[in-house]
Amino acid sequence: MSIHSDELYQQVILEHNKRPRNFLQLDPCTHQAEGYNPLCGDHLNVYLRVSDQGMIEELSFLGDGCAISKASASMMTAALKGKTVEEAGQLFQEFRHLLTKELDPEKDPHSLGKLTVFSGIWKYPSRVKCAVLAWRTMKGALDQEKTIATE
Amino acid sequence: MALDINKVRQDFPNLAARGRDNMPLIYFDNAATTFKPCEVISRTHHHYCQRTSNIHRGVHYLSEEATAEYEASRDKVRRFINAKSLSEVIFTKGATESLNLLARSYGAHFLKPGDEVLLSTMEHHANIVPWQMIREETGCVLKVAPINDQGEIIVDEYRKLLSARTRIVSLVHVSNSLGTVNPVKALVKYAHAVGAVFILDSAQGISHEPVDVQDLGVDFCVFSGHKLFGPTGVGVLYGKEVLLESMPPYQGGGDMILSVTFEKTIYNRLPHKFEAGTPNVAGVIGLGASIDYVTRLGWEDIIAYKKDLCVYGTKLLEGIEGLRLVGTAANKAPVFSFTLANAHPHDVGTLLDREGIAIRTGHHCTQPVMKRFGIPATSRASLTFYNTREELDLFIAALRKVIKVFS
Repeated sequence: MSIHSDELYQQVILEHNKRPRNFLQLDPCTHQAEGYNPLCGDHLNVYLRVSDQGMIEELSFLGDGCAISKASASMMTAALKGKTVEEAGQLFQEFRHLLTKELDPEKDPHSLGKLTVFSGIWKYPSRVKCAVLAWRTMKGALDQEKTIATE
Repeated sequence: MALDINKVRQDFPNLAARGRDNMPLIYFDNAATTFKPCEVISRTHHHYCQRTSNIHRGVHYLSEEATAEYEASRDKVRRFINAKSLSEVIFTKGATESLNLLARSYGAHFLKPGDEVLLSTMEHHANIVPWQMIREETGCVLKVAPINDQGEIIVDEYRKLLSARTRIVSLVHVSNSLGTVNPVKALVKYAHAVGAVFILDSAQGISHEPVDVQDLGVDFCVFSGHKLFGPTGVGVLYGKEVLLESMPPYQGGGDMILSVTFEKTIYNRLPHKFEAGTPNVAGVIGLGASIDYVTRLGWEDIIAYKKDLCVYGTKLLEGIEGLRLVGTAANKAPVFSFTLANAHPHDVGTLLDREGIAIRTGHHCTQPVMKRFGIPATSRASLTFYNTREELDLFIAALRKVIKVFS
């Protein structure tokens, strides 16, 4: 099997890795947290601006990491803009289930949209934490945790 | 006589295993652990099938046989590292435990506030953290000998850090993340000149070149069985008898005592003083088999063969644009740590795995090395005598594909 047909490194992931969206520090912001993956040194900050009504008006991230963690962070920022805090929590839950194969995007109802490109990752257990880092950091920021380490 | 590589490869059944998606396997993660030759597997198997028993105290046949084999392995280790006596060879569960034993038993007992322990930037975490733990208790000071851009200890700086305050020097023999082979004999000489004891962490070195503890002059030497083609869960602590005698036991329990009353316990003599509890009997016997194997192959052929792999691999990797080799010491083992301009090590590792190639990515338990080179992680291909030039060619071709994906 050639590398190009690898379902993990799909074009959309490679593209987000190369040109991440919302890759900046959001200032001012209402919530922020730092995420760290000690295994591979992935390190990122997630910033959110949440309205009084609980809507995520803006979010962004900044940091270093592998293609999976960077693309996941980038796509997360695109997916969550305009969502409520509650909806973000739900989407995080669905995304987590997708990564661990507890959610089958073909059969189960979901609102993951493009995020389903990460469905192939369950075959690589050591990489799940790369895909989930930005999301855990986002959740940590909303829950007022300052530092999140995966492992 | 050169190494008969086809025969050697047949000795290691795991080389014929398949990688991900049933790809033929290329195993380039030998610095993490090595495959085991048939005779290690069969001797371990034989112990469990025919000789299962506890050692040293049994009066029955199986126990006597197993004890004899266990102690025969001690003599194999003794000869392999040229220790003076069997009292100087302690079995542990690995290099990490050996280092912890030294920190706890020698370090905690002898170090006073302000005494110095000298390490280097290229130490594995297993030769850093135990000393930090002992620092908490004793108030000793840790000093760190720096390395240059090639990943070699700067000997002048090392010498400057040695003083009458230096009690212990604990250094790696061969770096697991850089491949650097340290000039042990010279480093020992300088340490002894200030009266320090010298600990050699030979976890990687033991399979790279002969370790003659008397010739090198080291006071202690540690290594693991599983990086020497033996089983996991078994390792060695070598120590000069006079030093081991001066140290308190590390753990209490059965086998390490001569007599026990609630008023007073008399400790067993060396080496048993440091082997509390039932040891890894099958593991020790397997380690003996791995030493037999390496000895039979012969150092001369192993060294020549690995040298060729090192030179060939370095040349191929240097020809790849955007690739930075981390660790380019003049004297090094075939360990290739590298970074790529556009690809993160983790992605490189996963994509190579898709091609059936097993490498290691990350900081390799040497975060100070990563910091020294200003990188979070590297990809590391570590080879040994059962790897081939052909495997290196396939590895390079796969690496070029990876680079294309991220271009």
